[in-house]
Amino acid sequence: MLDNAAKGDDLQQEFVTFIAGGQNFCIEITQIREIRRWAPVTVLPHSPRHVLGVINLRGAVIPIVDLAAKLGFAPIEPTERHVIIIVAVSDRIIGLLVESVSEILGVRQSMVKETPRTQEDEAVKAIEGIIPQEQDMTKIINLGILLPQSGHLAA
Amino acid sequence: MAMDNAILDAFFEECEDLLASLVDGLAEMCAGTTDTETINAVFRAVHSIKGAAGAFSMDALVSFAHKFETVLDALRAGQITADDTPLKVLQRAGDVLSDLVEAERDGTIVPEDRVDPVLADLNDFLGDTQTDDDEAFSFEALSLDLGSADVSHSYLCTFTPRKAFYDTGHDPLLLIKALKTLGPVQVRCDLQTLPTKLADFDPQDGYLTWQVSVGDQSDDLKIREVFEFVDDLSDLQVTLADESADSVDHRVQSLPVEEGAALIDLPPPPASDDLPVPEAQNTQIPPKPATPDRGTRKSSASLRVDPERVDRLINAVGELIINQSVISQRIQEAALPTSSDIFSDLDDYKLLAREIQEGVMAIRAQPVKPLFQRMLRIAREAADATGKSVSILTEGEATEVDKTVVERLADPLTHMIRNAIDHGLEDPETRLASGKTETGTLRLTASQKSGSIVIEVSDDGAGLNRERIFEIAVEKGLIERDLQLSEPEIDLLLFAPGFSTASEITNLSGRGVGMDVVKTAITELGGKISIASTAGEGTTFTISLPLTLAVMDGMVINVGGQTMVVPIASIIETVRPTATDLATIGLQGNLLRIRGEYVPIIDLGARLGDHQASCSLTDKVLLLIQTEAVQQCALAVDEIFDQRQIVVKSMQGNYGEIPGISGATILGDGKIALIIDTDSIASQSPPHMPDPQNLTEDFRRVG
Amino acid sequence: MTTHVLAIDDSRTIRTLLTMALEEAGFKVTTAVDGVEGVEKFGQVDPDLVITDVNMPKKDGFGVIEDIRKGDRNRTVPVLVLTTESGAALKERARAAGATGWIVKPFEDASLISVIRRLTGG
Repeated sequence: MLDNAAKGDDLQQEFVTFIAGGQNFCIEITQIREIRRWAPVTVLPHSPRHVLGVINLRGAVIPIVDLAAKLGFAPIEPTERHVIIIVAVSDRIIGLLVESVSEILGVRQSMVKETPRTQEDEAVKAIEGIIPQEQDMTKIINLGILLPQSGHLAA
Repeated sequence: MAMDNAILDAFFEECEDLLASLVDGLAEMCAGTTDTETINAVFRAVHSIKGAAGAFSMDALVSFAHKFETVLDALRAGQITADDTPLKVLQRAGDVLSDLVEAERDGTIVPEDRVDPVLADLNDFLGDTQTDDDEAFSFEALSLDLGSADVSHSYLCTFTPRKAFYDTGHDPLLLIKALKTLGPVQVRCDLQTLPTKLADFDPQDGYLTWQVSVGDQSDDLKIREVFEFVDDLSDLQVTLADESADSVDHRVQSLPVEEGAALIDLPPPPASDDLPVPEAQNTQIPPKPATPDRGTRKSSASLRVDPERVDRLINAVGELIINQSVISQRIQEAALPTSSDIFSDLDDYKLLAREIQEGVMAIRAQPVKPLFQRMLRIAREAADATGKSVSILTEGEATEVDKTVVERLADPLTHMIRNAIDHGLEDPETRLASGKTETGTLRLTASQKSGSIVIEVSDDGAGLNRERIFEIAVEKGLIERDLQLSEPEIDLLLFAPGFSTASEITNLSGRGVGMDVVKTAITELGGKISIASTAGEGTTFTISLPLTLAVMDGMVINVGGQTMVVPIASIIETVRPTATDLATIGLQGNLLRIRGEYVPIIDLGARLGDHQASCSLTDKVLLLIQTEAVQQCALAVDEIFDQRQIVVKSMQGNYGEIPGISGATILGDGKIALIIDTDSIASQSPPHMPDPQNLTEDFRRVG
Repeated sequence: MTTHVLAIDDSRTIRTLLTMALEEAGFKVTTAVDGVEGVEKFGQVDPDLVITDVNMPKKDGFGVIEDIRKGDRNRTVPVLVLTTESGAALKERARAAGATGWIVKPFEDASLISVIRRLTGG
């Protein structure tokens, strides 16, 4: 890793960090379309618990996922103070409900560490890597978990 | 020949138009029209197909079109009359022609046994009047491989253009220039015949004789080709001037030089474009005024647009409409003084937005005429195959329907028409015996009724044999024998999956599909199909379709606090039930009694997963819907807000399929409302006929 | 100066083929869909050569040539008749109407172009 930095081909990446389920997470900035305040959704019948419903984003119907619930934390009770991060995952546009957005983090690729293998719960499976910070660390969300295994969103 | 798929596409598109006018013309001729313009139009259609097909070397198509055209030409010229031309043969020829076009498009081959009998019939017409018309359709110009010529010669061309030469746009100078491209030339102009008095001089006539010697020629074919168009407009002689190429100069020098003749030397090719022009030459090209660049304006009756662009536009306009209603609602909420100008501006905006929407939708709209023409042909073939005499009437061909709808109606209509002729109409004897005309009538009509397109297929046959239908349904295990069904319910059995099977398939209408496939196709288009039949008088199938696919009429409802939309097309009526309209069966099964029938009630909220205690049914509104399955059912909803046109959004892209939901739309306040898929809602518990014996069990599942 | 050809044919396919072949050969092409439009465009664009179909709605190819030849200064404009028939009678008619020459469909691009070059000197 350090060798990479020495060679100078260590790419700078930017991540947006946010809080969901009380923990620090981040998403690579190029995957993010926009960040909006929470607004009431239209509830979908027969949807999994973490799918809150759909919103109208300039004419497109966008599903909103409670990321905390998806990761196995307690579901968020959304209020106006909560935030929706609109992300693009493969060819889908999905909104993630999170508690708050913190900052934009610029890091070198070499600073991204592999996820330490612990027990395989939902949250661990969803983490692509970790970025150590001074006091804490932030975990990179693998947005692939939001994609359907077979035809259905985040089932 | 340079060509690509775009040209081929254009060709086939044009063929469609031409075939349509062919069918039109033939239909008019069948109806007794014999005027030349009609026959001409038919002739032109065939002729144009032949002409264009020739460019693509579609030999089978060209030779058939040629024969067809020859018959039409003879008809046009009065050599044969429409009386001795059974028009049926012409119609069949039209059908074969259209098959041949289709085969070229799909890269298939039309079987000979389809083409040959018609070809033989066409030949029969021509009989004695047939002339030797089977000239090769090749370009007359000859090409020569000059490079391989062993010997080269000089030729002397002597030509004297007559007046007609100049009258038809020819120019000796250009001929000389053309000869110059063949080899070294020397030109002499003989002015002897020029009138000596100006008074005798006709500026339009020809007085000059040109002598051009052309060297390096293996034979005179290329030279003759230059004079291709003028050999009868001038006195022309082409003679071998000598034996060998190297004596050209000598030969030219030895030309008899007469008094008054001018000798002009031209350099061999490649030569400069400028050529000395003898003074006496009287074909001065009129000076061309610099013309404004109007030539680039393409003339075309229609515009070809990538359908995807239109779809994008339709989507954008959908957004505009939504945006317009959002703005209206915001302005309403702003509680501005009613005198404010903004309200009239808003009305204008609304009007304009609607206008744009209609305009954009109209781009996708197409007349049903081509579809109907195809159906006429299907009907004709079906009549031939069954030996029945059928007169086919169409109405409302100009009615316009969304392109996709037109495309997807072909299969269901084909099936319905075959059915009507095969099963609906009686054979001639039976008809006569029951006091009807020998010829049965099949009507195919299209019309627009309040936001829907209505297409009807009706026959004046015997009507549905309901006893037989009931029997078949029992045999197929679709219903119990002791079930009491009303006539309309029996009719609907025709659409039940599994009703039509091999046992009653005739070689015509039975292609292994039943009316359930028809019904499915119509439902997929957001339409409805219904039957009306009177014994002894005939049967009418009515298809009602939304004007466009992207927009539909919806009833905006409230279900458990959520705003949703039910397609109007599936709603028969709305009912506010009183206690006496309701009946309970089993533990939770609720029935609505309507016009003496019992219809199961489905609590829409519960069905969509809202398990909170709902209020009493008498506080709800029931939407009586017709579902894909054989029966009706009633959806219980909390409230009806509104009826309006909605723009349909797919849920598939960003989410996935949701049981019971067909899509979503965006309401005036910008919120999303889900669109109920009534068929899926109704079929989540397999619907059966309300057979008292098993109702309890079924409706427990419903709850 | 670019040779300007007016192509009159009611068949869209033939118009497209002509336009492609001629434009590729460096000619400027104006098209018209029937005889009436053809005569109208003739007056507007003053072409160096006219190619016309025979069988067309409104006005046939012979009518077009007759109309064109009516104008005195149009006497010298070459007019080619595009036809599927190669019968002598048809040529006779074309000639009588004032056609300069004829091209039999289906035409070969090269032959067509050489004929046009020959008749226009272009």
